[in-house]
Amino acid sequence: MIPAPIKYKFITPGVIFLILIALNGLVFLAIRFISGIGAVTNLDNATPWGLWIGVDVAAGVALAAGGFTSAALGHIMHREEYHSIVRPALLTAMLGYTFVAFAVFVDIGRFYFIWHPLIMWNGNSALFEVGICVMIYVTVLYIEFFPMVTEKFIGRVNFPQFLDFLNKPVDMILRYLDSRLSATMFIFIIAGVVLSTLHQSSLGTLMVIAGQKMHPLWQTPILPLLFLLSAISVGFPMVIFESLIASRSFKLKPEMKILSRLGRMIGPILGVYLAFKIGDIFIRETFKYIVIFDTAAWMFIVEMALMMIAFALFLSRKVTRSPLGLFIASSFVIAGVLINRMNNFIIAYNPFYNPVKYFPSFGEISVTIGCIALLVLVYRAIVMYFPVISQEKREIIRKI
Amino acid sequence: MKNLNRRDFFKSAALGVSLTVLGTSKAKGSDKMLSDDRLGILVDTDVCVGCRHCEWACRVAHNLPTPDLDNYSDNSVFKEYRRPDAGSLTVVNKFENEKNPLLPIHVKVQCMHCERPACVSACIVGALTKGDDGSVVWDDDKCIGCRYCMVACPFQIPTYDYDRSIDPHIRKCDLCTDRRKNDELPACVNICPNEALLFGKRDAVLAVAKTRVKRKSDVYVNHIYGEHEVGGTSWMYIARKSFDKLNMPHLAANPAPGISESIQHGIFAYFVPPVTLYALLGTIMWITKRRSGDDDELISDEEEKGKGGKL
Repeated sequence: MIPAPIKYKFITPGVIFLILIALNGLVFLAIRFISGIGAVTNLDNATPWGLWIGVDVAAGVALAAGGFTSAALGHIMHREEYHSIVRPALLTAMLGYTFVAFAVFVDIGRFYFIWHPLIMWNGNSALFEVGICVMIYVTVLYIEFFPMVTEKFIGRVNFPQFLDFLNKPVDMILRYLDSRLSATMFIFIIAGVVLSTLHQSSLGTLMVIAGQKMHPLWQTPILPLLFLLSAISVGFPMVIFESLIASRSFKLKPEMKILSRLGRMIGPILGVYLAFKIGDIFIRETFKYIVIFDTAAWMFIVEMALMMIAFALFLSRKVTRSPLGLFIASSFVIAGVLINRMNNFIIAYNPFYNPVKYFPSFGEISVTIGCIALLVLVYRAIVMYFPVISQEKREIIRKI
Repeated sequence: MKNLNRRDFFKSAALGVSLTVLGTSKAKGSDKMLSDDRLGILVDTDVCVGCRHCEWACRVAHNLPTPDLDNYSDNSVFKEYRRPDAGSLTVVNKFENEKNPLLPIHVKVQCMHCERPACVSACIVGALTKGDDGSVVWDDDKCIGCRYCMVACPFQIPTYDYDRSIDPHIRKCDLCTDRRKNDELPACVNICPNEALLFGKRDAVLAVAKTRVKRKSDVYVNHIYGEHEVGGTSWMYIARKSFDKLNMPHLAANPAPGISESIQHGIFAYFVPPVTLYALLGTIMWITKRRSGDDDELISDEEEKGKGGKL
């Protein structure tokens, strides 16, 4: 099993569908930048944050957690057998965080001032902490990805004729960077895990300041811990989910040996998350809000049910041994965390004066799913060009 | 990773730690001492007649599009409950007075200028600041338009220009900072024909409020809104009806940013927890690397064949 670019046709009916969705999103993005946020979104003075922050940013950061969880497993705990999943997870994290940064750029009103937090600091602000950590972490992710670029090009730098005098110097630079990077990479790997721990939890601190504007089912002082634990819980499921989809899409054999072992770790992690989450409900006695059965209560029930079903599924050996079982169980965790983030940022936010209940507009939804479609397309392009996904040697040969 | 020997590891790890420590900066807390001279304004809703001249004067003072003052005698706007928006930093609403229907209660809404403001604590770039005079003001040159102040504000005050793509503003009452520089009163206080707005040092204003509530205890409910809410506010209200029924949010006395800042400072505590975590992970990495030495050799074998991946 070695990482290699996947040889496969890029354009398929599915890809064309994704391109159309992405284009639709781009149209609304253009309107947002020409006419302002109000022209595309249903946001107002009562509900300043909506789908773009709740899903693109908050859920995006959580679902990109596969990067730091698998780096911790593969590199920090030196479980070499998992190395083949680190690269795809890293790529997902890199692309995921790039899109999170882009979503922030789209959502903030003065997008041209996005660099301000770099020089204007407010140590009291949870958002400042998230912003700075995400900025550094994106940089770290690009550094961590760089070895795949050097691996691709060292000894193969080949500019067009009129630039070919650059071939040698560029090759030397790449070789130099590669050797420096492999000596220092552990600094970035550890930094990546620390930065992730920090901003995954601070993302939870974000809504604490909203105080009683937030529904008591979600407003708790342990929000940062719950956010961190749920991010860790969704890390491996996301890796499994992508790996299985990639195998299917590129007609590769799923790496069941690794994925099953990974899957067996998810149950206990989910158990810890659920213990804190359920403990929190009982300690703050918020279960009384569940039996009201209003929209918020139902959303809470859905969120909890998804996570508990996933927990039960991952405890079963039968599930973790079959690709379909793993896929379904992972999907439950992903859906659970996605809905949890939406609940925290959208459903739970209910200020005392709120005449128009927020529901995302067609434009907002278009931009969100357009960005996700674009993300999938870029992922596909990169794994077909760079050595990211590990394959059996005969598979590589067969495809070449 | 394989090229790394143990000495290099410690060298670089030490560098990493020292860099992080260098980056440490003392976070400034929002619990700084408040000036004794800070300002306060009392809204005596029993004196206010709802002429809405304050709305007009406020728009003029802040260069917002302003209708003719004559239009303000139209009482039909009171049919709907209104909130400040991008075009008006203050609005007056009318509430029924069950005891005397001929004397409805008018309540002016604007930024409360909290003593411990959540928006100042929340703002990612420190674009909102609390001055020594007690005013909470917004800085056009810093704001990135993230609207976190709106999420944080317990009174739902800051508003945003949703219709502008370039240079959208966060708008809210600034306690007429510019006018006060020229020794003028805030526009609303200045124009109020009935002296429903009492402007002065907060302590003095609060004392007057207490006297009025005590002297006319049959008229006013025994509650000065803003004395204790979210740790106290610069604007305070007295009324003859419970504030819950005047659409004023029911808030506790602990400062709005409270737990959020404690959590934030707990996680960071002079960067000790992150640095400790870094050191801990580094140690685990080093120990497990020793243990998995055999695996490393396996990988190098593969690499010698020419195709193996580093990292």
